[in-house]
Amino acid sequence: MTSLLASLRLTVATMAICVVGYSAAVWAFAQAVTPETANGSLITNAEGQVIGSSQIAQGFSQPGYFWPRPSAVDYNAAGAAGSNKSPTSEDLKTRGAEIVEAYGATAENPLPADLVAMSGAGLDPHISEAGALYQVARVAEARGLQPAILENLVRSHSEAPGGFLMSGKIVNVLELNLALDAL
Amino acid sequence: MTLQAILFVLIIIGGTALLSWPLGRYMAGVMDPKGGKGTMTGLFQAIVGPLGREEQGWKAYVFAILAFNIVIFTVVYLIQTFQGALPFNPDGMGAVNPDLMFNTAASFTTNTNLQHYSGEATYSYFTQLGGLMWLQFVTPAVGLAAPTAMARALSGRALGNFWVDLQRATFLVLLPLSLVFAALLVIGGLPMTFEGSVVATTLEGVQQTIARGPVAAFVTIKQLGTNGGGFFGPNSTHPLENVSFYTNMIQMVAIIIVPMACVWMFARIVGRIKHGFVIFAVMLCFVLIKTAGSVGFETAPTQAFNDLPIAQDVGNLEGKELRFGATGGPLWAVLTTATSNGSVGAMHDSLNPLAGMMPMVGMWLNESFGGVGVGMINMFLYIVVAVFVAGMMIGRTPEYLGWRIEAREVKLALFALLAHGAFILLGTAIFAATPWGAETLNNSGPHGFSEILYEFTSAAANNGSGFEGLGDNTVPWNITTGLVMIFSRFIPIILPLAIVGFMSQKRRATESSGTLSVEGGVFATMLAVTVIVVGALTFFPAATLGPIAEHVMYMN
Repeated sequence: MTSLLASLRLTVATMAICVVGYSAAVWAFAQAVTPETANGSLITNAEGQVIGSSQIAQGFSQPGYFWPRPSAVDYNAAGAAGSNKSPTSEDLKTRGAEIVEAYGATAENPLPADLVAMSGAGLDPHISEAGALYQVARVAEARGLQPAILENLVRSHSEAPGGFLMSGKIVNVLELNLALDAL
Repeated sequence: MTLQAILFVLIIIGGTALLSWPLGRYMAGVMDPKGGKGTMTGLFQAIVGPLGREEQGWKAYVFAILAFNIVIFTVVYLIQTFQGALPFNPDGMGAVNPDLMFNTAASFTTNTNLQHYSGEATYSYFTQLGGLMWLQFVTPAVGLAAPTAMARALSGRALGNFWVDLQRATFLVLLPLSLVFAALLVIGGLPMTFEGSVVATTLEGVQQTIARGPVAAFVTIKQLGTNGGGFFGPNSTHPLENVSFYTNMIQMVAIIIVPMACVWMFARIVGRIKHGFVIFAVMLCFVLIKTAGSVGFETAPTQAFNDLPIAQDVGNLEGKELRFGATGGPLWAVLTTATSNGSVGAMHDSLNPLAGMMPMVGMWLNESFGGVGVGMINMFLYIVVAVFVAGMMIGRTPEYLGWRIEAREVKLALFALLAHGAFILLGTAIFAATPWGAETLNNSGPHGFSEILYEFTSAAANNGSGFEGLGDNTVPWNITTGLVMIFSRFIPIILPLAIVGFMSQKRRATESSGTLSVEGGVFATMLAVTVIVVGALTFFPAATLGPIAEHVMYMN
């Protein structure tokens, strides 16, 4: 009985310090130092409406926008998940064929793999630089723009966050599409 | 493997190994202060009440552990039950099925963090922080207390007092570390808000609900305490749970730093630093071998895309985030299962067959570096067996640090080690042969078998990662894995304390030139062989039915 009492006393002490104290300290630090990311990196338009989070993929499907990686949860940012398919799965083969057809990829002009493979959470905000350049022709045609302008736009938005520890560059799709709308 | 991948692995593992040295010294100092009189000891004794001042024998120490665990399990079960009526519930989370509540309470009480739910769709902020994050602090503290007591007994002293050790681990080790890492992750861009989800209207005019919350605080202790339970369903692959290349590196360091430091802490308390180096080296070898395997096998492209016009030049991308780079996913998979963390940085279900086997190997061995505290304890069980076998081979009475190891101690150690295998193999056999398992699969053939094998392995290793395609929120899965987690947590904590309890009742021999040294290459080899024979070979037949069969069938 005394052991249960001791356990309850420790429950109160640890909850007070590790839950209330610790959470409050981290929250205060975050809201003071990095208020933008602390609230989810939300982006608002001129009217102040939220149009998304720079960290969360949106399901672009119109030809005039750059498209993100495919999502196992249709870009549901309140119920994220991956496909959890084995890389040897028949389902993956079927999906691959469908996406290849949607992009019109051919053996001479193969599709970068990140545009076919689903990410872990289904919300990856990035595609590879190669994946963005691959879509330039379609976007340029839909918007009636010179492909060279779009290529420059893609390259100026490409980044290598891991520096020399990472091969290849990546592009944030939502930010790229916002820049596209602003052209 | 490219030079880039090797460099990345060396920075993470090597850098953390260096950092673990001063941390281990600090931990030994606060967990076992000189003369038992740290500056805070008086306060900690006052918080507990009268029980805080007694010197506990091994039975009293174990009893205190069990009493505390019963209480924390009950508290978290009740918080889940009443979350609908409790505050900090902006998204209106309601009732949860009793079998899922049992599984979640068992999972977080045992430091496993196997999740048969998706956080953003099931639990309120109150449940996540007040229930689950609270357990993420106190359960690794239980883990840290146990090897501290064990090491004291091995150095010829009394075990100490569980109630005080628990507070030392919580307030002096985990809390300060968490504040430092949380600050780093906040600066890296993790969210920390109590506001509910937000509805955005996308550029194409679609409504998108974006879940967020007090993520940074939760994720920090999730990583540091080898907990692994994510704030969001897909864990650290979620862009708001792991924002960038930089946060990914910090989170990987946080996975292994405390388990590594536990080895130094143990070695310092028993007063045998060189012995600590031998243990550390053996553990490090296993981690590096598994890492080479996982990163190497993952450079093979996605097999299903091979016949399509798809350019695959960075390996298998299914289930991976681009911002972490190609090596991030498979390295994380090894670190999170080498320790008993269980968070994920890529979907393990979608790893190439043999790359996906490496996490399983890590959990089968479960001691390199293992969970906070308990990894060192698991290694102690292997040490007992290795010393005994070596003693038999050279024809001398087996002794560890001067304590005689006899039949009773070895029986207990082997029982604990074999129970691990029994839970995994029996559970897998039953679920693979019945609709309980067969009807919950997301993949067919050998990969489906791997999903069941992985789930029981993860539960028995108190890991918590999964081949997450498995539809595991069912009554049979919730009850069975809940029980496996509980037994697998407490058998390897209670039995080692019993072993040192029995050993320390004997007269301690002085070590002579005829004693098997525990500080050299011979002992390291003996220990590694014991781990491989007892730990790994038990599971080889099961591995051939799952990942190895899948590799042979598809990957050539």
